[in-house]
Amino acid sequence: MIALLIRDIRLAVRAGGGFGLGLAFFLIVVALVPFGVGPQSALLAKIAAGILWLGALLACLLSLDRIFALDWEDGSLDLLATAPVPMEAAVSVKAFAHWLTTGLPLVLAAPVFGLLLNLPGPGYGPLVVSLLLGTPALSVIGTFGAALTVGIKRGGLLLSLLVLPLYVPTLIFGAEVARRGAEEMAYHTPLLMLAGITCGAIALLPFASAAVLRVNLR
Amino acid sequence: MASIWEYANPKKFIATTDKLLPWVSALAVATLVSGLIWGFFFTPEDYKQGSTVKIIYLHVPAALMAINAWMMMLVASLVWIVRRHHVSALAARAAAPIGAMMTMIALITGAIWGQPMWGTWWEWDPRLTSFLILFLFYLGYMALWSAIENDDTAADLTSILCLVGSVFALLSRYAVNFWNQGLHQGASLSMDKEEHVADVFYYPLLVCIAGFILLFVALVFLRTQTEIRARRTRALLARERLGQ
Repeated sequence: MIALLIRDIRLAVRAGGGFGLGLAFFLIVVALVPFGVGPQSALLAKIAAGILWLGALLACLLSLDRIFALDWEDGSLDLLATAPVPMEAAVSVKAFAHWLTTGLPLVLAAPVFGLLLNLPGPGYGPLVVSLLLGTPALSVIGTFGAALTVGIKRGGLLLSLLVLPLYVPTLIFGAEVARRGAEEMAYHTPLLMLAGITCGAIALLPFASAAVLRVNLR
Repeated sequence: MASIWEYANPKKFIATTDKLLPWVSALAVATLVSGLIWGFFFTPEDYKQGSTVKIIYLHVPAALMAINAWMMMLVASLVWIVRRHHVSALAARAAAPIGAMMTMIALITGAIWGQPMWGTWWEWDPRLTSFLILFLFYLGYMALWSAIENDDTAADLTSILCLVGSVFALLSRYAVNFWNQGLHQGASLSMDKEEHVADVFYYPLLVCIAGFILLFVALVFLRTQTEIRARRTRALLARERLGQ
């Protein structure tokens, strides 16, 4: 399993810019927002937390189809299925690798991008904490979506249609934490809810993803 | 004793629903026509809302069926996963577009009602938002069905999506409550509450709800039959090609 993790990370870093691409996309989204809504810093400060969350979510979505697509094409997914590791574990490891290569960089970059959007001072802590707690859920849910659409050619758009509604609760609570933090309000409750969603997703969704992958490999 | 699983046999299902379908359809038409006419022409106007209150006879039943159609898909998906009855998977597939339409009717009538009453077509109110999300779930479900060629694979994947989607739809429903305070009123009907909308509106509304339920049942029967027959035709064609 550790070998699988290392392999996935190595592939993500070395093969074709999957690693930096999410970050670059995040940066572009953040850079485009002021063009869309205007450069007034008061307005930007108000929406910064939400934009950062939305940008992180979209950047995460963008890299989802890489989780299984390449392994599906070259047949290593079949090997994984016949390996002595249970499918649930393999799926969890893949989700974890996706989080390490996509979610974690987003979390680390978010405060820097917050500067660009004039995020108010007290908002940085809650933003990072909420992203740190929320992005694993995004990876795990996304892995389920990727497993659903792995057998479909040009399934990228379908993947977005399937995954985005599933992201709604995570986004609501995550953005709520960041927004309340930026406005110096108490953000304890949404933070706990966000943590609950993430724990629930990590605990339960790998079973669904593994079941779906088994169907697809049949 | 006859078990309900007998109807998992496609032939038996078609035979039974063939017998039931005219009755259910006729009843649906009768209740819908009488309920809507009663509601539109023979109830007083609300003292505050005027005649716009009458849109309730479309809005409430459609919203109710939008949720219940998803529940029915959930049950049918579970039956498919556990017992592998094809009719069940096809019934879930057949119900999805109907549910999506019901969601859309609820959203549109809600907008038409909201414009004069709230002064806005759309508000990011928890109920409105969760219905929009439910609509997206329907879209994703139907898109997944049509994207996969192999029928059994499609049935398996969509049923798992339905299970996972139900959990997340429920989560979203309560998450949006947290996110924004509502403009929409609370539940207007419930089994255990003494107080409903006033009786003059309540009885025609019940008739309309019965009409929508019957309409839904009739449409599901019809569409499931169509799915079964389409699949049978495909199987026959495939057999013919093999025979040559």
